[in-house]
Amino acid sequence: MILTRRHLLLGATATLSGCDRLARNESFRETLFSAENFHKWAQRGLMAPDALAREFRPDQISPVFRANGTANPNTPAYKALWRGGFADWRLNVTGLVSRDLSLSLSQLRTLPHREQITRHDCVEGWSAIGKWRGVRLKTILDGAGLRSNARYIVFRCADDMGGGRPYYESIDLADAFHPQTILAFALNDRPLSVANGAPLRLRVERQLGYKQAKYLMGIEAVDSLAAIGKGKGGFWEDHADYDWYAGI
Amino acid sequence: MDRPTPMEAGVVKRHRLSTRLWHWLNALLLYVLFTSGLGIFNAHPRLYWGQYGANFDVAWLTLERFPGWITLPGHYSLALSRHWHLAAAPLFAFALLAYMLWSLANRHIARDLAFRRGELAPRHVWQDIKDHARLRFPTGQAALRYNVLQKASYIGVIFVMLPVIILTGLTMSPGMNAAWPWLLDLFGGRQSARSIHFITAFALIAFFLVHILMVVLAGPLNEVRSMITGRYRVPEDRP
Repeated sequence: MILTRRHLLLGATATLSGCDRLARNESFRETLFSAENFHKWAQRGLMAPDALAREFRPDQISPVFRANGTANPNTPAYKALWRGGFADWRLNVTGLVSRDLSLSLSQLRTLPHREQITRHDCVEGWSAIGKWRGVRLKTILDGAGLRSNARYIVFRCADDMGGGRPYYESIDLADAFHPQTILAFALNDRPLSVANGAPLRLRVERQLGYKQAKYLMGIEAVDSLAAIGKGKGGFWEDHADYDWYAGI
Repeated sequence: MDRPTPMEAGVVKRHRLSTRLWHWLNALLLYVLFTSGLGIFNAHPRLYWGQYGANFDVAWLTLERFPGWITLPGHYSLALSRHWHLAAAPLFAFALLAYMLWSLANRHIARDLAFRRGELAPRHVWQDIKDHARLRFPTGQAALRYNVLQKASYIGVIFVMLPVIILTGLTMSPGMNAAWPWLLDLFGGRQSARSIHFITAFALIAFFLVHILMVVLAGPLNEVRSMITGRYRVPEDRP
């Protein structure tokens, strides 16, 4: 048998399209997607609950911190907030908490800060190192009094992802109370730019970039993700099959 | 390679069941890992050295996207490529670990892969290189042992390349960076790990191509049969 390049190409294409057909089969898809659970279980088992993401030296900061995703929410409501220097912006803390909070940017700035130089890893493969300053999410959640049945923290954002659907993300309590999980209002010693999520964004340093919700408007404590979006806990999880656990 | 046991005339049992199972599982998993890996690479086809690297930083390699006939899935879908890759990767890693432990326990490594006295002498190695270049394959009893180049490439793949590609894969995971921070120091940063992962993947492709070439030249039916059933017909001595 003489194998030509054409045969090899046809063979490769046939096998790969076989894989594609397999990936459309519902139960095979579920099996394939369930690898996420294994990775989450294994990583959580291998790391101490408070194991820190690497923190870098100031000279290791990326010269340019690449902004990704929405560069500017550009909605009338957001533009109005931006024109007012975010003086009218409030972070609403709701859901399974003892008291709802509505925090202004100046109130957040008076709370204890944390500063960290960490690496932002996009799911696409690139990384950028930046210095973040913000308030620990734990500080906010303790202030609101998280109820005992809360399991996840959902983040509501100002950017419209099309059709009036704002961006949303969620993390569980293991990451919510982690020392490096902060609501950041400054990047590289400057107030957060619009491209990087002004006025406030999440940093959850042991996960990929799409978890780092920008343009935060609200935080909601919930006991289940079933009623959030399409039920997978995040915009890209619901609309592009990304893993909810993004430590991988 | 089993201590070859004679069966019918000139046929021996060559490869252990564990070796055969691992071989074909690897064939499947490496195929899935390579093609889905190219799909993931297509999301950002630039490679950097160091801790960070994005569009404004200097890339040492910038490529076009790999075409659909060699990526999994055949259309661009970062999410699906990742699902394939991250489902296959743990199976691949644990299979390697199991194979290493099993081959240590059953003395496959000590008996068949470890270099013997004198094998690494320059004259012996040079002779082996000349034999390969002339396509003079060993016959008779000599065909039942791995030659020195074969041993070197199997040791290099099993104990260097495969562990490196697994560990650099883990280094790209932000969760694993928190769990095992030494990974970042071992490879000099996440972007260096990504580059080494990519280079090792293509080094494995080079191994695969030479491996296939050698099988074809040494008698494909006999070689493939020995990796499926374990039975191998010993090449007769040249007159």
